[in-house]
Amino acid sequence: MAPAQMTGSQMLLKALVDQGVDTIFGYPGGAVLPIYDALHQQNALRHILVRHEQAAVHAAEGYARSTGKVGVVLVTSGPGATNAVTGLTDALMDSIPVVCLTGQVPTHLIGNDAFQEADTTGITRPCTKHNYLVKAVEDLPRIVHEAFYVARSGRPGPVVVDLPKDVLQAKGACYLAPGEVKHRTYRPQVKADRTTIEAAVEMIAKAERPLIYFGGGVINSGDKASRLLTRFARDLGIPCTSTLMGLGAFPASDPLFLGMLGMHGTYEANLAMYHCDVMIAVGARFDDRVTGRLDEFAPHSRKIHIDIDPSSINKNVVVDLPIVADVGRALDALLKVWKARGHKLAPKALKAWWKQIEEWRARDCLKYTQSDGPIKPQYAIQRLYELTKDRNAYITTEVGQHQMWAAQFYKFEKPRHWMTSGGLGTMGYGFPSAVGVQIAHPDALVIDIAGEASFLMNIQELSTVAQYGLPVKVFIINNQWMGMVRQWQELLHGKRYSQTYMASLPDFVRLAEAFGAVGLKATRPDEVDDKIMEMIETPKAVIFDCQVEPEENCFPMIPSGAAHYDMLLGPEDKAVKPVSEEGMVLV
Amino acid sequence: MAPKEQPIETRTIAVLVDNEPGVLARVIGLFAGRGYNIASLTVSEVDPEQGLSRITIITSGTAQIIEQIKAQLARLVPVHRVSDLSSEGPHVERELALVKVTGRGNKRVESLRIADIFRAQVVDSSHDHFVFEMTGKSEKLDVFIDLMRPLGLVDVSRTGVVAIARGPKGL
Repeated sequence: MAPAQMTGSQMLLKALVDQGVDTIFGYPGGAVLPIYDALHQQNALRHILVRHEQAAVHAAEGYARSTGKVGVVLVTSGPGATNAVTGLTDALMDSIPVVCLTGQVPTHLIGNDAFQEADTTGITRPCTKHNYLVKAVEDLPRIVHEAFYVARSGRPGPVVVDLPKDVLQAKGACYLAPGEVKHRTYRPQVKADRTTIEAAVEMIAKAERPLIYFGGGVINSGDKASRLLTRFARDLGIPCTSTLMGLGAFPASDPLFLGMLGMHGTYEANLAMYHCDVMIAVGARFDDRVTGRLDEFAPHSRKIHIDIDPSSINKNVVVDLPIVADVGRALDALLKVWKARGHKLAPKALKAWWKQIEEWRARDCLKYTQSDGPIKPQYAIQRLYELTKDRNAYITTEVGQHQMWAAQFYKFEKPRHWMTSGGLGTMGYGFPSAVGVQIAHPDALVIDIAGEASFLMNIQELSTVAQYGLPVKVFIINNQWMGMVRQWQELLHGKRYSQTYMASLPDFVRLAEAFGAVGLKATRPDEVDDKIMEMIETPKAVIFDCQVEPEENCFPMIPSGAAHYDMLLGPEDKAVKPVSEEGMVLV
Repeated sequence: MAPKEQPIETRTIAVLVDNEPGVLARVIGLFAGRGYNIASLTVSEVDPEQGLSRITIITSGTAQIIEQIKAQLARLVPVHRVSDLSSEGPHVERELALVKVTGRGNKRVESLRIADIFRAQVVDSSHDHFVFEMTGKSEKLDVFIDLMRPLGLVDVSRTGVVAIARGPKGL
């Protein structure tokens, strides 16, 4: 049977449905009117109206990261597309699968500086995994299917499809189903090479101080990869440390878990990294926040690096044994070969390694003292964790001190419950991301652990939350400062607090009420628990203004340009060593 | 701070791509955005039926950077193949230049004589000028152009380098 005559917009929506999409985050405008008109006449796709296009992308990221599906965004041409750029860059840096549909002026006006015209494919080329301009309706179904394939395959990422208005309105009998489209070039390598796996097994078998360093790639690979990672670590008894993006891929309550490593990682994780003799890097990319000073990064180790992206190999750190493959498949192969060969790590060496690690762990680097005075931010997050840990909560964060404290004090047992902006460090990510998570999991407890400065960056989404009755909780660690910048000014810039004080903050309780949400406020440690319980039990959106000690700093901290053994463990460590000039230029 | 200093190497890299809009911008943007060098870049369609273009890039960097460049090129979605001609065996490199020289009398005669030595062709001339066409290795073109400088060189147009592996195997 010949395909029926359809408009470009109808084909687009049919392609989305055929790709398994049920939700779109978007904002209408002139160039996408035909799509919105087609949306109005169907029921298969739900459209969530955000209040800013950046938030649409973050919401799609939250949706994608918490479900494992591709997040879908629909925005108009010009400002709609440019507003989406921050979100697209965020998704690129954190490898989140997103398809972003942008409107475009009609093809005959492209290049004429038409109203709301922007060179969207030009602007988004460096901040997407791939992008397309659809010039004819005949190409539309193929391109949409390709976009989904590219977004979710290999190392996932954002893909933009730019859709001129005349293409959306044109008619054709040219619809193709997903199965009829095969990409010409893009075939990421997913299967691990057998001999490399065998070499890795032999290298691990000889280890005396092994360490697993895993990242967000484990989560992107799928829940099975997390299970395999856990089994691998437990079978061998190897200590594990995680990047910011990897939290949840391995259960935090397991004694094998040393916590997050890097700039604000734990003492035991960073020292284990420095002293290990075989490092197994799994779906992690040796980010500068993790490595610190490169020439002192794990200098005594032989390194195995499993990553699906060949360009991640040897980018920052030269490794001994690269394994280009899907993390889950590589772990599966590693486990099988390990078992088949009947290997066991040398028990004496492993015991000595663990003894050393336990000594580091006994340093209790995250300790803090909660007095009767102001609420310590660490205390607030720790109590939030204790009171929500049995409720299968989804946690998003903004960017800054609160984000690091959340990474340190909230213990994740399962993947896909932790949504944070790691690579780009986008303030304003957490709240719209929580919107996307709540849409995907309507009955779940979704909490944005926020800073007051970050929250203000996408606060317009309170209106979205109100429109859809989303019970999102915003837990603001309110210290009235841009805390992380303030911390750097205190430690590195002679306490010259240039432009980091948040004057004229709103009354968050009344702000909540203005949007039909519930506002809560805590100022004393003894009221934190009750207020958190009240927040959890409120079936509506809540803004929790948790007013904390304003000048608390986030420790441990590896100053920029320093090595893993150069951690500052607390305020008393401040004057250890001035930061080098090379270090000062680093971000 | 940086990993151990490594020597800078020059490499000729061939990239087979889908001939689609923006593909050259992707390649150039990759080099600009990540701070890699481009000494020469040429591009042309080589297979109209399959819609394939071939890009030849001469770049330089440490061995680690060169590996990064190849990996980054290979992960661009429309890229079919990346081949490091410099490291994958012997290859041939050629460049074409059009060189305009104006002058009369002895200088004019001298320019023609040198062109003859270099086996350059005259593709345009008047009583006042020649346009020479010359093909060869880039270094040979450099020498020729330098020799023309005192003889009335007014304009140079060069294609950039194209390269192909020696032997029977294709890309």
